[in-house]
Amino acid sequence: MLADAARGFLDQKAPISHLRRMRDEGRVFDSGLWKAMAEMGWAGILVPEDCGGAGMGHSAACVLAGEMGRTLVQSPFIPTAVVATTVYSSVMDDRSRHALSRIATGDMTVALAVDEGAKFDPEHIESKAEKVGNGYRLSGRKRFVVGGLSADRLLVLAHTEEGPTLFEVEADQTGVNRSALHLIDSGDGADILFDEVELDGEAIMGQLGRARDVLVPALRAGQAALAAEMTGLASAAVGMTIAYLKERKQFGVPIGAFQALQHRAAHLWCECEVTASAVLNAGRMLDTDPGNAAMAVSLAKARATDTAQRAVQEGVQMHGGIGMTDDFDMGFFMKRARVAAEWLGDYGYHANIVAQARGF
Amino acid sequence: MAEETEDLRAFREELRAWLDQNCPQSMRDGRNDEASICWGGKNWQFDSEDQRTWLERCVTKGYTVPTWPVEYGGAGFDRDQDKIYHEEMARIGARYPLRSFGIWMLGPALLYFGSREQKLHYLPPIARGEVRWCQGYSEPGAGSDLASLQTRCEDEGDHWLINGQKIWTSYADKSDWIFALVRTDRDAPKHKGISFVLIDMASEGVSTRPIKLISGKSPFCETFLDNVRIPKEQVVGEVNRGWDVAKYLLTHEREMISAGGGVMGSGRALGAVLADSETGLSDPVLRADAMRAEVNGLAMALTLERYKDQAEAGQGAGDASAMLKYMGTELNKQRLEVLMAAAGADALTWEDDRAPSWLRAKANSIEGGTSEVMLSIISKRVLGLPG
Ligand SMILES: Cc1cc2nc3c(=O)[nH]c(=O)nc-3n(C[C@H](O)[C@H](O)[C@H](O)COP(=O)(O)OP(=O)(O)OC[C@H]3O[C@@H](n4cnc5c(N)ncnc54)[C@H](O)[C@@H]3O)c2cc1C
Repeated sequence: MLADAARGFLDQKAPISHLRRMRDEGRVFDSGLWKAMAEMGWAGILVPEDCGGAGMGHSAACVLAGEMGRTLVQSPFIPTAVVATTVYSSVMDDRSRHALSRIATGDMTVALAVDEGAKFDPEHIESKAEKVGNGYRLSGRKRFVVGGLSADRLLVLAHTEEGPTLFEVEADQTGVNRSALHLIDSGDGADILFDEVELDGEAIMGQLGRARDVLVPALRAGQAALAAEMTGLASAAVGMTIAYLKERKQFGVPIGAFQALQHRAAHLWCECEVTASAVLNAGRMLDTDPGNAAMAVSLAKARATDTAQRAVQEGVQMHGGIGMTDDFDMGFFMKRARVAAEWLGDYGYHANIVAQARGF
Repeated sequence: MAEETEDLRAFREELRAWLDQNCPQSMRDGRNDEASICWGGKNWQFDSEDQRTWLERCVTKGYTVPTWPVEYGGAGFDRDQDKIYHEEMARIGARYPLRSFGIWMLGPALLYFGSREQKLHYLPPIARGEVRWCQGYSEPGAGSDLASLQTRCEDEGDHWLINGQKIWTSYADKSDWIFALVRTDRDAPKHKGISFVLIDMASEGVSTRPIKLISGKSPFCETFLDNVRIPKEQVVGEVNRGWDVAKYLLTHEREMISAGGGVMGSGRALGAVLADSETGLSDPVLRADAMRAEVNGLAMALTLERYKDQAEAGQGAGDASAMLKYMGTELNKQRLEVLMAAAGADALTWEDDRAPSWLRAKANSIEGGTSEVMLSIISKRVLGLPG
């Protein structure tokens, strides 16, 4: 039901042509669309009901993300409604409750600033927050902040003497310098320089020196939702490819009559099915046993990364020349899959977590 | 997973207590491989007294075929109860009390297509492990193109007369009965002249000759049918409509093969295997291969569960069983390649059980329909591609 409602809404309000128009106009954020999604209850899907949200859980968030993957919607959904919301929900002081209610109405977007290198690696960061009086002075350089260009607020991981700490920073604060990334998937991304940004003691999310407590659940939630998005993306790319195999004729027959292509298409479908199971399991584990969800989430992100990349590569190949043209949508799928593959940890990162959980 | 209801919790506790009391210690070693389990049948030699006791106790409760109706020897479990049964069995490492082609293949087909008399006559002896069945589908000239089979079955008034040859008939030499596909109409299009018949292997004219496999074992045979007479009522479903029965049965067979007879996912974590091996953890290529195999194996195990959740208890996954079989068997082969590489020379002798199971698994993507045939089924029936 949720999936059907989402599909109906997205087909009307955010089909792939919407992404194309945004790209052509050089825009990365459609505030009207985000407001409409908030009215559907999506911005607050994970926000508790007493903070104005739907309080529905991760399985539901994954359903929405999956549908968004089908039409390649660019929105603050994962950074704001999944990742930041999970951070605020695990803090749950008055400030956080206020933030949650503003997220649910679509009035505030938030991005997570963790990465500093070319690969996702939250354990190795150099940004620092020095204690100054009652507050902190934050300096560092963050890369590939997804949703970071349009976000109203940033959650920034930095070292303190007490250990890694997550800080809340207003995006328009003095000393915050954002530069737009021209991402291949036409999405919202920024590199951000924090140049002696003055923060008060309230800016700490959760406990000083205990960033992990609030960050780990939020990253897992984001990884699961991203895996769901990639699975939706993969199914849509496979669906387009199958439709083309039935339509395109060569040698007097539809190319889908050639067994070499049939078997590759069938194999892709199988991969999608197996990945879908891992994604469903990740959402279920986050909802029922979040403390033990690490392996389930990484399994989903690893599988989804692999499947989405295979789906788009085969998708372009089986479309022939038209698959290479900008006029045709498959290229958008390929570019989004590449960006999503890297964001929040690539195949190797997550396969390694699975392996560790299984004793290697 | 949804919270377990009060009823299911009570069910689990009762089952757990029963298993604790009734499953002999020696049957708790988790061994469910081809050589360790009880296959039943008139000629079955129990490996041990415990194996016999375990079977007998399970039979009284219907636990050999838990999802079958009670009147046919089952326990009448629904999907939730069946899941708990498997979880509780796995928890203590209990062996399955009985496995057989009767349970995996013929039973589901009879439950769906059989007459009430046939169900009452054939199912309980399967559930009790008294009659062992084998599968007579393939012929020398009819493998992937199964519907081209030529074994003749002629109407002789008060009985059928059967002549032909089957091949690759697993355990034919150990089985009591065979379910077979035969041609009852030679003029009809190939799918429309086939019937599904039940033949007592003790009938005059039935003979078998074992064939040796690359794994060193001889689990399958050539089966010859020379002027074999069977009673008229030993046809399942309608005459000339046997292809429907055959296909339905194959979906169950494929799911069973996909699950590797229950080893997928429950097998030893590859991490433990690598840690035991000489270079496992330091060889980057082996580790990478193992990681990929582990990721895929876990996702596949979840997929098997998901499809079981979707189906009614006892029903199959339909055309999607082709996906389960294709992915399950290919991924299992991939996993066994990693196991062999990790073990190195340790696994290269016949005394070691790894090489035979690695070799045996190569058949999984052939038997029950090859991987290529599975892909063709998916592309036509699921994806709707032409041709
Ligand atoms: C261990 C084992 C146990 C078995 N047990 C039984 C049993 O108990 N009862 C029984 O009846 N049978 C049994 N079989 C037989 C099994 O079902 C057949 O081997 C299988 O269906 C393939 O048939 P074939 O061996 O004739 O191969 P072929 O059909 O000759 O296939 C040879 C190759 O050609 C490929 N191929 C064939 N047709 C196509 C096509 N249209 N498109 C693309 N590729 C194609 C196949 O995929 C395969 O790679 C068993 C087989 C094995 C290995």
